[in-house]
Amino acid sequence: MSAVRTLSPPLAALLELTHRCPLQCPYCSNPLELERAKGELSTAEWMRVLDEASELGILQVHFSGGEPAVRRDLPDLVAHARKAGLYSNLITSGVTLDQPRLTKLAEAGLDHVQLSMQDVDHQTAAYIANYPGVQGKKLAFARAVREVGLPLTINAVINRHNITRVERMIDLAVSLGAGRVEVAHAQYYGWAIRNRAALMPTLAQVQEATGRVEAARERLRGQIVIDYVLPDYYARQPKACMGGWGRQFLNITPSGEVLPCHAAQTIPGLTFESVRHRPLADIWARSEAFETFRGTDWMPEPCRGCDQREVDWGGCRCQALAITGNAAATDPACALSSAHDALRALADTASSEPPPDFVYRRMSPQDSKAALATTTG
Amino acid sequence: MTIPPLSSEARPGLAPGVRLAFDKARDQWVVLAPERVLVPDETALEILQRCNGTRQLDDIINELASAYSADRSEIEHDVRDLLASLIEKRIVIA
Ligand code: SF4
Ligand code: SF4
Repeated sequence: MSAVRTLSPPLAALLELTHRCPLQCPYCSNPLELERAKGELSTAEWMRVLDEASELGILQVHFSGGEPAVRRDLPDLVAHARKAGLYSNLITSGVTLDQPRLTKLAEAGLDHVQLSMQDVDHQTAAYIANYPGVQGKKLAFARAVREVGLPLTINAVINRHNITRVERMIDLAVSLGAGRVEVAHAQYYGWAIRNRAALMPTLAQVQEATGRVEAARERLRGQIVIDYVLPDYYARQPKACMGGWGRQFLNITPSGEVLPCHAAQTIPGLTFESVRHRPLADIWARSEAFETFRGTDWMPEPCRGCDQREVDWGGCRCQALAITGNAAATDPACALSSAHDALRALADTASSEPPPDFVYRRMSPQDSKAALATTTG
Repeated sequence: MTIPPLSSEARPGLAPGVRLAFDKARDQWVVLAPERVLVPDETALEILQRCNGTRQLDDIINELASAYSADRSEIEHDVRDLLASLIEKRIVIA
């Protein structure tokens, strides 16, 4: 490798404003160790991050969490993003925002809202989120989004409890006036890996759902955009996770740590730096966590000699770690990985047995007390 | 379902949630849309800059034909092609 190379700036940043969330989805992508409210970046710190992001060349920011709307300063941050020339997307569970607050966000210049959906069936939705009445609140929220004139994407997370209703979820998105629906099989990091057996559908179910999504796409062409995220455990080729490590995306945790992907903290031995101590542009270009798996130099065989290495970038590091114990291995979703059959066997075994109970996402007892104290205080 | 061709009186515009912006860091125009960033080529940019929801398709085609002193039917073909694919992706509405 030459000493000088050009690095493109990232296109988008996922900003986890907080890990606080009223819901407890068992597939939540947040880490098992949730961050407490008192460590969160302040309003002024987030505003500085938004300025640095824009200067670095980031075009889109996703305000995410936890539930980003539990931060009272959300409208100020959205307005600041707009001022900095950033395209802003709100990724929300929709249960804490009423119409007046939504109107405020729209006036602040919010570009787009992405609402997560657990199911069309109210009972299962409540079971998955561990939140009674969740679906009614989400439906009301989706209508409010359209009433204030904001564009809406519905994000349906598919798992064994709702997979037979995938088509109805798409139709619901159409009837709510969404321009786009993301039908995404649960991705097994964070809480989802803890709940793998409780979430994993069978191969037959996945194939059936895929057929239904394709048919819906044909039927609804021009009415709604359907993005479909296939489940890795039944795949033969890995996804280009995050568009390649340190190539297009970065993720900032509530306390300001900058990660190449939201699950990167599971990888032992990587050190992450905080926007509190170093400019974002420096972290992007030089921090060890970004450099470790950037490009192709780190790759083992079979990736090293494979003609797909700059297409999928070897897949997901966190999945390689979770399955093989080695973050620098080929993603086992790849049929050429020596762990590919083992990955598939995990899915087959998990999905053929009755689902165990969920381990709901929550802070450790001590943490949740601290979070509550800060929220109400 | 197939999408019917646009009438020449249609007034195409960017869909809600879509913005055309200049990207200083990369020195290029970009289309910002939900979960997507598209880089229009020169022709696409000329077309998109005229899709403001008030100009009629016919006028857009006439304008481009005279700006490039090009064959009108060729321009019309290009414009309709581009808009059809962008409407399907919900980047443009008409
Ligand atoms: S996945 Fe569920 S629990 Fe996790 S942040 Fe989103 S709504 Fe909250
Ligand atoms: S061997 Fe590596 S680069 Fe080749 S397809 Fe599999 S994961 Fe991608």
